[in-house]
Amino acid sequence: MAKLPTDIPELVKQFGPTLHTVPPGGWVHTDKDEKLVKTHCCFCGQQCGIQLRVRENKVVGFEPWEDFPFNRGKLCPKGVKRYMQDEHPDRLKSPLERVEGEGFKPIGWDAAMDRVVSEIRRIQQKYGNDAFALLTGASLTNEKAYLMGKFARVALKTANIDYNGRLCMVSAGAASKKVFGIDRSANPWSDITKAQVILVAGANIAECAPITTDYLWQAREKGAKLIILDPRMTPIARNADLFIPVRSGGDIGVFNGMLHIMIERGWLDREFIAQHTTGFEAVMETVKKYTPEYSAKIAGVPPEMIVKAAELWGPAPTSFLLHARGIEHHSKGVENCIAAINLVVASGRIGREGCGYAMITGQGNGQGAREQGQKCDQLPGSRDISNPEHRKYIAGVWGVPEESIPQKGLSAIPLVEAIHDGRIKGLISICFNPAVSLPDGNYVREALGKLEFYVNIDFFLSETARYADIVLAGSLMEEDEGTTTNTEGRVIRHRQAVTPPEGARQDWAIINEIASRLGYADKFHSAPREIFEELRIASKGGVSDYSGMTWDAIERDYGMFWPCPEPGHPGTPRLYEGGKFGHPDGKAHFLPIEWRPSAEMPDEEYPIILTTGRVVSHFLSGTQTRRIGSLMEQYPQPRCEIHPRLAEKFGIAEGDFVKVESRRGEVVVRAQVVKTIRPDTVFVPYHWPLDRSANNLTIRAIDPVSNIPEFKICAVRVSKTDAPTDAIAQLEMEAGGIR
Amino acid sequence: MSEAAFFIDHSRCIGCQSCLQACAECDTHRGVSMIHLETIQRSDSVQTAPQVCMHCEDPICARVCPADAIKKTPDGVVQSSLKPRCIGCSNCVVSCPFGVPKYRAEIDQMMKCDMCYDRSSVGKKPMCATVCPSGALTFTTMEDIQRTRSGIPINTWKFGNEVVKTRVYVMVPREVEQVNVDLVQISSTPTALQDDPYDVALMLEDAQ
Repeated sequence: MAKLPTDIPELVKQFGPTLHTVPPGGWVHTDKDEKLVKTHCCFCGQQCGIQLRVRENKVVGFEPWEDFPFNRGKLCPKGVKRYMQDEHPDRLKSPLERVEGEGFKPIGWDAAMDRVVSEIRRIQQKYGNDAFALLTGASLTNEKAYLMGKFARVALKTANIDYNGRLCMVSAGAASKKVFGIDRSANPWSDITKAQVILVAGANIAECAPITTDYLWQAREKGAKLIILDPRMTPIARNADLFIPVRSGGDIGVFNGMLHIMIERGWLDREFIAQHTTGFEAVMETVKKYTPEYSAKIAGVPPEMIVKAAELWGPAPTSFLLHARGIEHHSKGVENCIAAINLVVASGRIGREGCGYAMITGQGNGQGAREQGQKCDQLPGSRDISNPEHRKYIAGVWGVPEESIPQKGLSAIPLVEAIHDGRIKGLISICFNPAVSLPDGNYVREALGKLEFYVNIDFFLSETARYADIVLAGSLMEEDEGTTTNTEGRVIRHRQAVTPPEGARQDWAIINEIASRLGYADKFHSAPREIFEELRIASKGGVSDYSGMTWDAIERDYGMFWPCPEPGHPGTPRLYEGGKFGHPDGKAHFLPIEWRPSAEMPDEEYPIILTTGRVVSHFLSGTQTRRIGSLMEQYPQPRCEIHPRLAEKFGIAEGDFVKVESRRGEVVVRAQVVKTIRPDTVFVPYHWPLDRSANNLTIRAIDPVSNIPEFKICAVRVSKTDAPTDAIAQLEMEAGGIR
Repeated sequence: MSEAAFFIDHSRCIGCQSCLQACAECDTHRGVSMIHLETIQRSDSVQTAPQVCMHCEDPICARVCPADAIKKTPDGVVQSSLKPRCIGCSNCVVSCPFGVPKYRAEIDQMMKCDMCYDRSSVGKKPMCATVCPSGALTFTTMEDIQRTRSGIPINTWKFGNEVVKTRVYVMVPREVEQVNVDLVQISSTPTALQDDPYDVALMLEDAQ
């Protein structure tokens, strides 16, 4: 069915989002009967340590955890207020069933499970196993991510499982794998502080990874030079030694241009290149034409900036490269990352103290969730689903015939396209809000409406869950236990603080129950600690080898870095020491990169570049942070950042309502006129739904290798408009309204 | 109080408001932050500046209080107004050179940052300086700050002719000895764009 059962204002009335502003029991000054649970933030890939204050099985506040070495008590506003998602009035406490014309009504677990299982059977019998798909999330623990991958391949026997890490880390991962042979940040964050030059490409660290700011500043105190590439002057760019306001999609111009100068001036580690790398000749050939002038045209910046970047980076004794979605969210995302990484390899500055490379993961378990086998092309241990040896090993762990494991399935965007064109009829999703987070939102919501049967597992009724036939009330991070792997590759322990409210269930228990009812009780009965034991074995011998880890050792050592191939192994905080890379030949593989245009470049009809991103007080699709009062107060509705020169051209003043239109859709938001953005570019953050969703505008173009969508550039036009007065506009801002 | 001191480094601030969000979490603050964040001029720059109470050696707020409601502890922390004494006149609000005290009409009382006295008096750091992700707010020893920062801490301010010494330090470049705050004539913004180091359009001028 999968169409909205009733109109949106009615659904909002029933299920929110509404704001939670006061801790359970009110602002009480007591620590009576209170316990502190040392765990981690549920939001971004930094996975900061935090202590949750718990009273009578309720999370009532937080206390900094200063002993945890990654963040030493530091937290961003999301971390401070995360506890407000507990005891939330919108919390789902029962399975729900869609009722045409009314919305959703609570039903019992037994009835809900009966319906789910019979629909899975019906759809798979009628249309084939692959017609039932799974969309999962990168905020799931390692244990849940592992379970989802196994559930798809063993219980559903569908090839079509993918996850929202597809919107996040896949370009960085693919590039890292191609060049270094391993998909992980190469260094622990402590190495950042020891570098003498730091290049940050496409990472709004202050807002998206705030804790990393202090690492940058520590390096700067010791004299490190900071180079920032971003179309907007972000808070870290303000204090950079060199801020390059690159045009979105033009980064390769800067990277290849820098390498051109490094070659010309001899700022290379020739010995390192000869001993530990392959393919440099081809790269030299490619960057020959990338003179500062040629490169500057691609990057849309003055050539002197590229020269200065090379002068800072080239001769430095130590250096660190960090990149994030700004260069990764492109239809050439993998190429962007490779061109950046080439700068690291050519300098030979990797695998040593103060020398390295990191990708900044966006989602909570952005690193770990892509290692445990819930990607359409992977099995646990970062194994390749099309490699016969890898399949055989995992088939052995699971106790199933190798040939029963499906082959590679569709990645997130093609999967949604398959729903749209009727090849996929049934869907279970968890920890994913595609109605807000996928590009070309109107198309995505249309696709959801075409499903014959849709099950959504979540703790709030997200914008996507509104399309479900059955909603299963799942669990919050703090209602369960397990591990995640942070942006450094450090595996950490999430402790359970409270039990789920009556009527909701832990996610793994829900999946085990469905699998059991499908006839696989013997393979799906474990709780997280046992799942970790199985995951450990499944990862053994793989690239991301956890086999030597135990939960106890992880707790004792404040996390462990993979690979950790045998018990007693200390883990591997820094990769590639001694120039040993992850490829079978032990070398890093240079790859030549040519710049090419983005999928949709501005033209006469749509003359402005739109780029999208995050703000500090919200997380991803906002389904959690739009429910927390003080985070909404900090940034209540999306605004369109526009340079005064561009604003003047369209007669737009600060605070005006503006319509931003692309070939795919539109949003109406207020203008924020700022000199801190390129005058050919506008920026709209993407955390809001419906008529405020920046993804109504973005393009459904994907990178051919990583399949990441091109969120960071599409063509739009902007015009001044009247205040909207329709029913959606009148909703509260957390629900998609506008003020 | 330990020998730790409070340091503000405006150059580190990223405007994330963790400090405000965490301040509001203190049980006694009941969801209201006692500190604030100045956004200098968002249209021109992303520069922001966190403002905690500077805890003046000779606090002007206390001097001008007609009800003698503002007290300094022996260890130099200037407290919120005493509820039984505060008459809500807002003399402190208008006289503080840093704009710190706020009159809260709903409780008819001035409340302000007390350096988390409940925490700092028992050896813990103030909440804002614990969570601050950028290190713009730091609570540590003088020795540690001198070892880890390139700038220097100062606590002498000159407002016109009035010299104010504060318990809280600000980090400044090495050559600076005191912060001079003079009255300036603020004119209306000129229509033509002027040279502005933070204007991205001007940075790109010769890019075409």
